Amino acid sequence: MSSAPPVSFFDRPNSYIGRTVPRPNAKKLLQGRGTYVDDITLPRMTHVVFVRSPHAHAKIIGIDRAAAQEMPGVIAIVTGPELAKVITPWVGVLTHMKGLKSAPQHALAIDRACWQGEAVAAVVAETRAEAEDAAEMVVVEWEELPAVVDMEAALDASTPVIHPELGDNLAFRRELVTGEVDAAFAAADHVFEEVYHTGRHTGVCLEPRAVLADYQPAEGKLVAYQATQAPHMIQNLLAKHLNLTESDVRVICKDVGGSFGIKVHIYPDEMATAALSVLLRRPVKFIADRLESFVTDIHARDHRIKGRIAVNTDGEILAFEIDDRTAIGPYSVYPRTSAVEANQVVNLVGGPYKHKAYRASTEVVFQNKNVTCQYRAVGHPVACAVTEGLVDLAARKLGIDPAEIRRRNLIPDDAYPYTGLAGLPYESLSHHASLDKLLALMDYDGLRAEQAELRKCGVYRGIGLASFIEVTNPSSAFYGIGGARISSQDGCTIRLDPTGTIICATGVTEQGQGTEAIIAQIAATAVGVTMEKVRVITGDTDATPYGGGTWASRGAGIGGEAALQAGKALRQNILAVAAAMLQAAPETLDIRNGTVVDADTGNERLPLEEIGRVVYFRPDTLPKGLQPEFVVTRHYVQKDYPFVFTNGIQGSYLEVDTETGFVTLLKHWCVEDCGTIINPQLVDEQIRGGVVQGLGGALFEHCIYDDRGQLVNGSMIDYLVPMAGEMPDIIVGHVVSPTASSELGAKGAGEAGTAGAPAAVMNAINDALRPLNVSLTAQPFTPESILLALGKVQAGRK
Amino acid sequence: MEQHDINVIVNGQKLRRRVSARQHLIDFLRNELSLTGSHLGCEHGVCGACTIQVNGTAVRGCLMLAVQADGASVDTIEGLSDSGAIADLQDAFHKHNALQCGFCTPGMLATAAELVEQHPNADREEIRAHISGNYCRCTGYHAIVDAIATVLDARRKAAGGSGA
Ligand code: FES
Ligand code: FES
Repeated sequence: MSSAPPVSFFDRPNSYIGRTVPRPNAKKLLQGRGTYVDDITLPRMTHVVFVRSPHAHAKIIGIDRAAAQEMPGVIAIVTGPELAKVITPWVGVLTHMKGLKSAPQHALAIDRACWQGEAVAAVVAETRAEAEDAAEMVVVEWEELPAVVDMEAALDASTPVIHPELGDNLAFRRELVTGEVDAAFAAADHVFEEVYHTGRHTGVCLEPRAVLADYQPAEGKLVAYQATQAPHMIQNLLAKHLNLTESDVRVICKDVGGSFGIKVHIYPDEMATAALSVLLRRPVKFIADRLESFVTDIHARDHRIKGRIAVNTDGEILAFEIDDRTAIGPYSVYPRTSAVEANQVVNLVGGPYKHKAYRASTEVVFQNKNVTCQYRAVGHPVACAVTEGLVDLAARKLGIDPAEIRRRNLIPDDAYPYTGLAGLPYESLSHHASLDKLLALMDYDGLRAEQAELRKCGVYRGIGLASFIEVTNPSSAFYGIGGARISSQDGCTIRLDPTGTIICATGVTEQGQGTEAIIAQIAATAVGVTMEKVRVITGDTDATPYGGGTWASRGAGIGGEAALQAGKALRQNILAVAAAMLQAAPETLDIRNGTVVDADTGNERLPLEEIGRVVYFRPDTLPKGLQPEFVVTRHYVQKDYPFVFTNGIQGSYLEVDTETGFVTLLKHWCVEDCGTIINPQLVDEQIRGGVVQGLGGALFEHCIYDDRGQLVNGSMIDYLVPMAGEMPDIIVGHVVSPTASSELGAKGAGEAGTAGAPAAVMNAINDALRPLNVSLTAQPFTPESILLALGKVQAGRK
Repeated sequence: MEQHDINVIVNGQKLRRRVSARQHLIDFLRNELSLTGSHLGCEHGVCGACTIQVNGTAVRGCLMLAVQADGASVDTIEGLSDSGAIADLQDAFHKHNALQCGFCTPGMLATAAELVEQHPNADREEIRAHISGNYCRCTGYHAIVDAIATVLDARRKAAGGSGA
């Protein structure tokens, strides 16, 4: 063993990087001793229940609250115009998305509701039950207006314009052309085309949206306990629209019961709750119930995409072209905007392949349904379904094996740096290594043989592959340049306490993915202490450095790097003090397992407790000029790329019952490349959870509206989500290409599972049904849709 | 509002309380007794987040009224934790990271506890079937199945070991 000091912190003795260690914060959750917003009770706390529009589009003629006001426990019943006196409206646009428009949106509708579920009045009472009882007694007189529900027709001249002042129902349009597209299509041996639909989904976090707003009039302070992924963003928005000083707003998020992008936005009813607390000068709690979650939590993924692929007979892909249309509800959601998903689809289609020509257009339109916005793996599963659907279509038509066509067309692993056709740079991807690993994990050839064997007995099994690229570690190109005050940098403050414990406060947040564990692992490694000696603080704007929070797979890559740099700096500061105490040169010392040692020999010199004791309690014994700095903050922002792209590939093996239309998932594989792996178990579980969300989208999940804009399956009974019984075992593999944009080298892993799973399932179903000459392209692939495709039932029975 | 007196044993403690006829057991536990470990995910019996044990059987707290618990013995995650009854399950969940946000976890554990008691020989597929009424949005279920399978295995070995 070399006695030289370790070159990188990965090689440090007792490094926690790359080790599976149990999450320190899991124990309390396992005992039911977490603190979710609804678990918090404050003195004089009240409960708010919202009266919501039953219509997709309707004018409010009048609100009669006389009877409701008399109900027991009622404190206040507040309408839109009344609340507008304490909270200003907002418009969800970003300046870098050229042409994006939206209308001012209020916390409570003023004179018109624009979707079923929009809140028009707030009932505040002593208890939730009393508020619910009173809300039922509020009588709203409506005048129903024509509703825009069909996104294809939204721009037709005969379709009413939802916000007349905007001129039309077009929120955003983007066109992109790279390379000689027409020439490529003209020169190709074959052009194949198909229309794909992805279903309107919602996140269905098990913990509903929740906020407890506590305005403290004596200090003019607002404390919001909120289930959110982005506390500092919420702080900014509450201050701005309630006309408070930002530093007088404190956002605390303790435990959060799932978020997936659902809780990275601010919702009108949440704004209203904060405004009510200011108005009533006492705490107000709002917990969405499941029915209102379905009609008001953001939806996503409602796209129709016409796709074309140009290929040569040998399977060489020459060009992709897409024409995308999506509808986002009546408003672009504030502050992240609802155009990001379509934008992302344009950015990602064709992403893994080395073709040279690409044309994309997308139109984002308004409609009278619930709003859509960023939900896990924004745009990825849509883009992946189109790309991988077209690639498989070409393979099928040309008689080329799906694995082989990918091998011929995926960007070579030695081609980086590489600029994708949407103009975005890829630092270093590993498509071929991932493909090889996946095929080996699956025993692809073995599965093909089994499939052929079973086919002879009338069993229809299919194998589907789906490659993808994934957006992680975003720079300020995501929101900052568009004018949104959403931080792309994050900070970590680490301090050494007298007992040798280190406390890390980080701007990234924990929703169960294991942020606190990986921050602890990184900090412990960087400082040189054991994990038992680390505490992590997240989710409190008064206590953590300003940061973006957790979204777009930035927690490990951005927050982790900040923790690493802070930890290293603290270590240097500790060693400087130790050197003075030991009269040694700092570079001859190291910290291992919480003890200062001789770097060469590992001989123990001073435990951190002893340094803590001297520094905090007997500083008189230290040299005069020595000022120990045992609190260190470092920030990190990724500046090298708009996003650090990662990649991966998924495989699905399933069986289609052609009599019932049921799909049985037999097994699922995912190989991805998230760069440096900090905790293998946490990464694998992120991937698995993501895969299952993708599988839900492929097979079950769908927000179905009727032609009057009524959500007809807005309950957990009707909106199906994956349960354990239908889910397969999921095998996860990794290829590791660390990003050079940070010392840690970590990229994100949060989107990978969801990005590729629906496409893999679609391709597997179509592979299974290939002998029957049937293919499906509209998600979700329900038994009914499969039987319809097979001609076993007739359409039109609705 | 109609009120009733109930006698109930919650986590081993005898209680006498006056409850309104329409109050659900879950609201009674959470709001009246501050036992916030049991969660509400749907309030209509689908997600399993509110699962607790009533007389040793897994029950949905959102589908049962507090008055119906009169004379019963109710165990919530807090009680099951403190008594040590599910310590092996909790350890296995921890080791396998069979939880992420933890919101489903108390209900999942109550259901899993019933399974390991009643079906000691359950295989992976039976485990999946048994927990199929408990929704987890975060984990993908795989790790939960792993954790429960480990406990079943260990309990079988322990039983076999002492019997042999
Ligand atoms: S809250 Fe009881 S089953 Fe969902
Ligand atoms: S761990 Fe989040 S719902 Fe199961």
